[in-house]
Amino acid sequence: MVPLLFKKRINIFCGHYGSGKSEISVNAALKIKEEHNHVLLADMDIVNPFFRSVDAKNKLEDLGIKVVAPLFANTNVDVPALIPEISAALKNKSVYTVLDVGGDEDGARVLGRYHFDIPKDDYDMFFVFNRSRPMTQNLEDTVQYIMEIEAASRLKITKLINNTHFMDDTTQEDLLYGLELAREISLKTGIPLAATCVMDTMEPQPESIGESPVFVLKKNILMPF
Amino acid sequence: MGQKLLMKGNEVIAEAAIRAGCRHYFGYPITPQTEIAHYMAKAMPKVGGVFLQAESEVSAINMVYGAASTGKRVMTSSSSPGISLKMEGISYAAGAQLPAVIVNIMRGGPGLGGIQPSQSDYFQATKGGGHGDYHMVVLAPSSVQELYELTVEAFNIADRYRILTMILGDGVLGQMMEVVNFRDEEKIETYDKSWATCGHNNEREHNIITSIHIDPVILEQWNNDLQKKYRLIYEKEQRYELYNCENADIILVAYGSVARICKGVIKEAKEQGINIGLVRPITLWPFPVDAFEKVIDIPSAFLTVEMSAGQMVEDVRLTVNGKKPVYFTGRMGGMIPTVNDIMSKIYEIKNELKI
Repeated sequence: MVPLLFKKRINIFCGHYGSGKSEISVNAALKIKEEHNHVLLADMDIVNPFFRSVDAKNKLEDLGIKVVAPLFANTNVDVPALIPEISAALKNKSVYTVLDVGGDEDGARVLGRYHFDIPKDDYDMFFVFNRSRPMTQNLEDTVQYIMEIEAASRLKITKLINNTHFMDDTTQEDLLYGLELAREISLKTGIPLAATCVMDTMEPQPESIGESPVFVLKKNILMPF
Repeated sequence: MGQKLLMKGNEVIAEAAIRAGCRHYFGYPITPQTEIAHYMAKAMPKVGGVFLQAESEVSAINMVYGAASTGKRVMTSSSSPGISLKMEGISYAAGAQLPAVIVNIMRGGPGLGGIQPSQSDYFQATKGGGHGDYHMVVLAPSSVQELYELTVEAFNIADRYRILTMILGDGVLGQMMEVVNFRDEEKIETYDKSWATCGHNNEREHNIITSIHIDPVILEQWNNDLQKKYRLIYEKEQRYELYNCENADIILVAYGSVARICKGVIKEAKEQGINIGLVRPITLWPFPVDAFEKVIDIPSAFLTVEMSAGQMVEDVRLTVNGKKPVYFTGRMGGMIPTVNDIMSKIYEIKNELKI
């Protein structure tokens, strides 16, 4: 199995609501921290105030990863404001940055604000999809999301992440079912597949998922029960 | 076998409504339920339905009144402050005996409060909220699968009794993602809607949908008819789940997402050698008194757990009626009780009652 490698300084995760962007962002930040000293995770989700990457803040900060999140008018009411640290980190060549973007084109719109701060040769923008989600089950709908997110964010998506799963009920067939759609998207858009995600708790751990590299995830954002 | 998907609670409510034949949705966005409107906006045009973002909650509920008057299946959704705004329209629709489904994905109050989950609208949902002697059927799902099944059922109940049915969830349920198994086809019950105002073609007298009856004799009779209907629902529609109640030392009472936490408590308690049960009301109105009749002799005490200052606990006390002590623990303001919080309360009760 080939693991997913992060080759660029800026790693952006976007996609449909509930595709798994936040969990993947947290895992990506942890992975990048293994190799780089200065890592910042920006939770840029101004859309959804629940189950966010910032929920894993304590764990990440204990490991030396800086976590920033929008201010909800200094409380938790829904008037989000983006903070200046994100811009500073994007410009600082020694800071490896993970951007966890909100769902759909609505969430991606905030990226447009940082458009000029993102060096075009030093970023990867990953489109995360889960084929078991109702709005990203086929090629047409999923490519529509890709186009809408690119238009809203003013950035090109550079890689795909197949995060097809049914939580604890996920089987190898589900991963392959997602891979099939990933292949179709790649063929249609030319965007290469970066990896298929597998939870570390999945049993048995699949030995391989077609030609896809694998990104093994640990659960960091937990339910209250 | 039907379709299996991974969905957010709010999305499932919208999808279930469409599957139940709802083609009219009127709403106004508010966290933490906005995904219902978001999903409806994307999905309704594909099935020839109407999604309309009204200019306010007050407007949306009156659109519901209008659509329901024509006999069509209709839904609106909001979260706590928005439901308060809808209250006048809810009372009017209840008075006019209109069937419709109203969703409240509760957040912390009072006032504008916060956007984190809460259960502090229990009183509002079950004891009026609007003016007059009326009730809504109030359903309290506790999983994404149940949000699906009960939303479909909410439409059937609404039509069956010409009544407003409320889905009462909280921010956790609305936002959490779980696997949901859809049926190939929904059981859509059809009822006589000859009362509807949908055009008489000069073939019958015109129907009138109204809640105004100026003559007190007529208004009292109208109220008597409503109360008769409520008694029938009270007898027929109580729903609940009993979980691990046999031999329980203490029985927890909780609904919605808090019931999920309580199941975690039961597992934890078992490991510590304590036998705990759970009564989970699925209908909050009618309150499932039948459930308590079944278990009343079993425990030494009941412990109600809510994300509120203690609202459902009043119905638990009325139902238990002094036969056993009833305790309460809860969190407010968007805070969620933890397994540890509830375990500490259980030990406190055990010490106090020496059990």
